[in-house]
Amino acid sequence: MQYMILMCEPESESGKRNDPVHADAYWGGWNAFIGAMAQAGIIVNGDGLQLPHTATTVRVRDGKRTVEDGPFADTKEQLGGYFIIEVADLDTALEWAARSPAASSGSVEVRPVMPPPASAAA
Amino acid sequence: MGEDARRAAEVAARVSYGRLLALLVAWSRDIAGAEDALAEAFATALATWPESGVPANPDGWLMTAARNRLRNAYRHAAVTEAAMPELERRFNPATEQAAAFPDERLKLLFVCAHPAIDPAIRTPLMLQTVLGLDAGRIASAFLVAPSTMGQRLVRAKAKIRDSGLRFEPPSGEDLPDRLSDVLNAIYAAYGTGWDDVPGATVGTQDLSHEALYLGRLLVELMPDEPEARGLLALMLYCEARRTARRDAAGRFVPLRDQNAALWSRDHIIEAESLLTTAAQAARFGRFQCEAALQSVHIQRPITGRAHHQALRTLYDLLATHAPSLGVLVGRAAATLDAGDPAAALRQLDALPASTAVRYQPYWVTRAHVLHAASRAADAQDALQTAIGLTEDDAVRGYLRGVAAAWQAEHRAADTEAPTRHPRA
Repeated sequence: MQYMILMCEPESESGKRNDPVHADAYWGGWNAFIGAMAQAGIIVNGDGLQLPHTATTVRVRDGKRTVEDGPFADTKEQLGGYFIIEVADLDTALEWAARSPAASSGSVEVRPVMPPPASAAA
Repeated sequence: MGEDARRAAEVAARVSYGRLLALLVAWSRDIAGAEDALAEAFATALATWPESGVPANPDGWLMTAARNRLRNAYRHAAVTEAAMPELERRFNPATEQAAAFPDERLKLLFVCAHPAIDPAIRTPLMLQTVLGLDAGRIASAFLVAPSTMGQRLVRAKAKIRDSGLRFEPPSGEDLPDRLSDVLNAIYAAYGTGWDDVPGATVGTQDLSHEALYLGRLLVELMPDEPEARGLLALMLYCEARRTARRDAAGRFVPLRDQNAALWSRDHIIEAESLLTTAAQAARFGRFQCEAALQSVHIQRPITGRAHHQALRTLYDLLATHAPSLGVLVGRAAATLDAGDPAAALRQLDALPASTAVRYQPYWVTRAHVLHAASRAADAQDALQTAIGLTEDDAVRGYLRGVAAAWQAEHRAADTEAPTRHPRA
């Protein structure tokens, strides 16, 4: 099955990306995690995202468009990246999610990807 | 003939429900769909067996009927068409023809208590899938509205169907934690409080037979697992003292005052034997340790004295390995009984106030500790809080009696020795 793992970090953690003191350790952790997934051959695709301050949120209500600066929800932990992985079951997906550096600093949500509808598969 | 057929279908329903459902779920991963299909198969059996006679292999008949219904349901719901090859791959026709099915209930127990399932719904899921209890009955035992319980069960089943939980029982380093989830879910169905804590709430009892069934099932399915035996032994010790917990007038009787002649010998013998076998594995476990505590209590009428030191040692061990609030309060009670109220008070004071303040056994134990330390007014205050937190009417009556007795004691002490300050 395919699962999306959504990795959320607190600002204290994502701030390390550009912090000369902590950047090496930060990226080292992520590179090791991504490298291990790649070695296991489970990555379908995935990306890191730029920092939450670059986010813009759009809503359309009654035909009127509103654009807001910032992510859709103002929470302590913000989405920092995602992967789609192909593994046998939820248990395996959770094992991988737990190895993500974001699991220690923030949280990781794991969700099965919707299977294609029958007509598309035929 | 018709009556025989009806009875055969009913017997199959009771004995085979969990086994058949577990097989269907292992095949389809779809608990709700499997329940519907199995219910229809049973309904068809009740309608046709009186006419056509009971088939040679009733379980096989029911299994085939239910599986065909489930497959037809999937065919109609075109969205899952893509999943059909996977379902056909999992289905092994050889097992369906066999007179004896593999028992997949262990998988079902572990799926119901999977870490990805909300802990509050694990016990209800087990009761419904393995024993076929309806949501209304489960709801009343867990004090929630039947519709709420129904919704929670539906949500949990949808999660199991859609999220791809692993259906194999865990092995290796995952096993202890996962097993402990299964054991906790079964014990939650038993729901007995800590009745060696004086005045502890007795708790929900109308599911105790179901919990014992699940406990026996787990011992049968995991014969080499000492904690499964430990849990069953613990529940049997509690069950053995059930009738002794109330006097003829329905009043609560604390453990130390119970009439041992009312204890069930059969249950005690079975529990002792389970515990002895479990101990041969020489692996510590929370449930074995709790069962051992019960075993010590049971020996009081035999040896004629209470083994306070043994209880204290077992509680210390339990507090080190499984420091739940119940265990820590129980340890303080054992420390008090061993004659050390100062240490018992220190143990109670060290508990997290946020959870302890709503826990009735905490206040009962605290009251007894303060009473033993001759802090009469504080003891009364703690006892009043305990009474306010008590659900069981019989226990409330018992605690009110304790409060009155302490008050009388205190007044007598005051007249005898008016200079002694009660808070000294």
